Amino acid sequence: MILPRLLIATLVIPLSVSAKETPPPTNAQAPAGQVARPSPARPVQRPAPQASRPASLTVPFTQFTLPNGLHVILHEDHTVPLITVNVWYHVGSAREKPGRTGFAHLFEHLMFEGSQHVKEGEFDTLLEAAGATNNGSTETDRTNYYIDAPSNALELALFLESDRMGYLLETMSPERVNGQRDVVKNERRQSYENAPYGMAAIELSKMLFPEGHPYHWPTIGYMEDLTAASYEDVVDFFRKYYQPANASLVVAGDIDPARARSLVEKWFADVKPGSGPVPPIDYPHAMLATVSRKTIEDRVQLPRLYISWITPPLFKPGDAELDVVSQILAGGKNSRLYKRLVYDLQIAQDVTALQASAALDSQFQIVVTARPGDPQSTPAALIDRIRTIVDEEIAKLQQTPPATREFQRAINQIEASFYNRMESVGGFGGKGDQLNAYYTATGNPDYFNEDLSRYRALSAGDIQAAAAYWLPLKRRVELTVEPMKAAGPGKHE
Amino acid sequence: MKSFRPVLLVATLLALVPVFLPASDLHAVPQQGPDRSATPKPGAPPALKPPVIEKRTLSNGLPVWVVALHKVPVVHVSLVVKAGSGIDPKGKYGIASLTADMLDEGAGSRDALQIADAIDYLGANLSTESTSDATSIELHVPVARLSDALPIMADVALRPTFPEDELKRVREDLLTSLIEAQDDPESLIQFAFPRLVFGTEHRYGTLSMGTAATVKGLSAADLRQFHTQHYAPSDSLLIVTGDVTAADAAARLEPAFGSWKAAAAPAPTVPAPTQLTSRQISLIDKPDAAQSQIRIGWVGVPRSTPDFFALRVLNTILGGSFTSRLNQNLREEHGYAYGAGSTFDMRAAAGPFYASAGVQTDKTAEALTEFFKELEAIRKPIAPEEIEKAKNFVALLLPRNFETTERVAGSLAQMFIYNLPADYFATYTQRVRAVTPADVQRVAERYIQPDKFAVVIVGDRKTIEPGIQALNLGPLKIVETAEVMK
Repeated sequence: MILPRLLIATLVIPLSVSAKETPPPTNAQAPAGQVARPSPARPVQRPAPQASRPASLTVPFTQFTLPNGLHVILHEDHTVPLITVNVWYHVGSAREKPGRTGFAHLFEHLMFEGSQHVKEGEFDTLLEAAGATNNGSTETDRTNYYIDAPSNALELALFLESDRMGYLLETMSPERVNGQRDVVKNERRQSYENAPYGMAAIELSKMLFPEGHPYHWPTIGYMEDLTAASYEDVVDFFRKYYQPANASLVVAGDIDPARARSLVEKWFADVKPGSGPVPPIDYPHAMLATVSRKTIEDRVQLPRLYISWITPPLFKPGDAELDVVSQILAGGKNSRLYKRLVYDLQIAQDVTALQASAALDSQFQIVVTARPGDPQSTPAALIDRIRTIVDEEIAKLQQTPPATREFQRAINQIEASFYNRMESVGGFGGKGDQLNAYYTATGNPDYFNEDLSRYRALSAGDIQAAAAYWLPLKRRVELTVEPMKAAGPGKHE
Repeated sequence: MKSFRPVLLVATLLALVPVFLPASDLHAVPQQGPDRSATPKPGAPPALKPPVIEKRTLSNGLPVWVVALHKVPVVHVSLVVKAGSGIDPKGKYGIASLTADMLDEGAGSRDALQIADAIDYLGANLSTESTSDATSIELHVPVARLSDALPIMADVALRPTFPEDELKRVREDLLTSLIEAQDDPESLIQFAFPRLVFGTEHRYGTLSMGTAATVKGLSAADLRQFHTQHYAPSDSLLIVTGDVTAADAAARLEPAFGSWKAAAAPAPTVPAPTQLTSRQISLIDKPDAAQSQIRIGWVGVPRSTPDFFALRVLNTILGGSFTSRLNQNLREEHGYAYGAGSTFDMRAAAGPFYASAGVQTDKTAEALTEFFKELEAIRKPIAPEEIEKAKNFVALLLPRNFETTERVAGSLAQMFIYNLPADYFATYTQRVRAVTPADVQRVAERYIQPDKFAVVIVGDRKTIEPGIQALNLGPLKIVETAEVMK
């Protein structure tokens, strides 16, 4: 995990009005890995050369588990008089049943609509009156929530968080489900259907993962499944996945740990235990046997190419290497794909590369938007030329380790990103959220240094080996988005 | 995600309104569970210490403001120059922005690739950007590498070379992004709304980046001249936040910036825009769009408005928070949108005010009706508790501006760019607290006049036009995309 920015989308493309020429930082998905898979042959590891190495990273914490199974992690940071209450439920869209895609995310929306002791609308009203903000997000493997508040509102935040963990169903109704169903459908319209290239991520999941694989469908869900979701589904889902033993709670920031602990005990002890933690998903790794290609049309003027592979889960061998591969291919002006396609040849508007890490299988994606070519060249011809160059650059990296400075530059950028992640306590990607992410994936909330050590232990040869093993040119998915033809059908194969 | 949240302006407020009771007693709780019928009331808000700004001056007169933050071994350095797109001359819209874009494309003895390589190798971030009122060159770097990075930052800010071939490349990039923007309704409306409110004559009618025509006309000589005329120590400030002391920061900055000598040409004042006088509806066709993007508003206020605090409270109630009236109506009550909000974009001169949302295509007319219902209703007296909630919310968000090196630097930049008083953050609370219901009503009546608003819609004309016509909101004009982009 390089930069934990936890969004529902698996891929974030920069807003096109920006005139910035460097690609954005990569976004990593949330962790929750538990399965091993074969790893590439690794050359002997040696520490990367570096003159001045910053000290090891640590985020001190205490933790305990309530009798009902809720795991609690506390962390003090008194920089500003703010606290964060951050909850991860260890359930995401990967748990959805056929015909109910998008449900984990729809359920997330219902968590803000009130519970037995919090009237509809009061959740936000009480928090805003206290100067607090809150939000939630859903991914394939987890759903997270945060409340960021002035430190005097800690107890209010814990009361609200505990009430929806313990007493959500008491006031749930079909009307509430209907209300948020409409909101979520508009979220889908805004972020996918009406957004340029918005449907590409949905197509890619379908192409990468076979029918039945928990990542085959998009977290936002299919429209007809959102329509089908029922009140009964809400009840079942809550009982199964929203029990305290399937969640973890971080309270961080300007807290007195003893007082925070007694307040957590006060408000969460009466949340009834459920049937116990939900066992991890046991699903065979997806494998691609060939190149699968598809072209879709969209209301866009520039063609775009997506190339994607199935890669090792978060924290498994190969995962960190592929983060470095993404930097070497598309991190900054001197990265290989950026320099050739955008800087030298100027046939592409932008290029991104990303190891999107997840619990069961990760995806490695390369995305290139073509510049308008001369009027004679078809979108397909532009994309073919770009694909050829992408493949040349991948092949080069597969055959020869990156140069010392190039490799070290990538490691230095990653190392610095760890320090930058230490500044905020709250929100998505703050220290509270990261403690929960690491706890969920590894059992150790303060896994910062171990995570960073993965990168520090790599050699240039490891990067070459990972590129060769995990990014085969003959087994992958290629999706092209072409400008819609004036009178053609909406989509074609 | 749960929510689309309207962007909150950097400047927020602090009000410690004494509506809260003391914290409840922890130990009076029965074993079987807490009394959930009584919502815990937050106690008195914690005391906020605004950042302590230590001020220094380099030998050339360039001021340096330092805020020490020792939590993380990183430093954020910003050079803020009071020259933004607001002073772009007629016919050269985009010059401030393109000048900023080009700073790191060749500077001192390094070319574009060498600059990027050096900065990336240090694990640093270097960005250059123009807004309406300023240009910022910002460096974020591990403190151990600060001394290596500062000379590069200084070259980029003070000694850009504007190479022709790099300009050609960056210009093409910009022109392509202007094409891409037309494909995205959310981007397109950002071009369309200001153009239809401010027109082509006022600078605020065109985004900072300019238009395809003006960008094509900008030469390296133009950029060099803009840089020479408008980047000067007398109009600039260095901000340093992070793991350094003021003395150390000043000592490191002196060799990099202390010999910078330049005299700024007098900066022109941005003229006051002409206000709209009658309601007009503009529709840009996006065939088969799943949603209609809507913006409704007019010329708002400058950052210097004496009504700043009352407007922040007003806007929080109208569309600046999740529980705001627009979001509650369009999202929570009707489910027409993923989110709805409103913004006063305050600049040197009066920037736009607008209410906005993306709404599902088949509910476009219904959504417009609800927008106008709320825009009319906000002019009527507002319940005191709604005002208190908004004052608390706006006020208590203030500490968030002081948590990270980047946010502290951003807060200080606002103080500099808009000449805010030195006690701005220290007195913020009481100034919010001083806002009365009468103030809120007065500014609502003055600044929210829906019968004079421009209504801009980007959506599927064939589906939505009849419903919009039937509302009889005002004259409807079909606008071509090319017209708002040119």
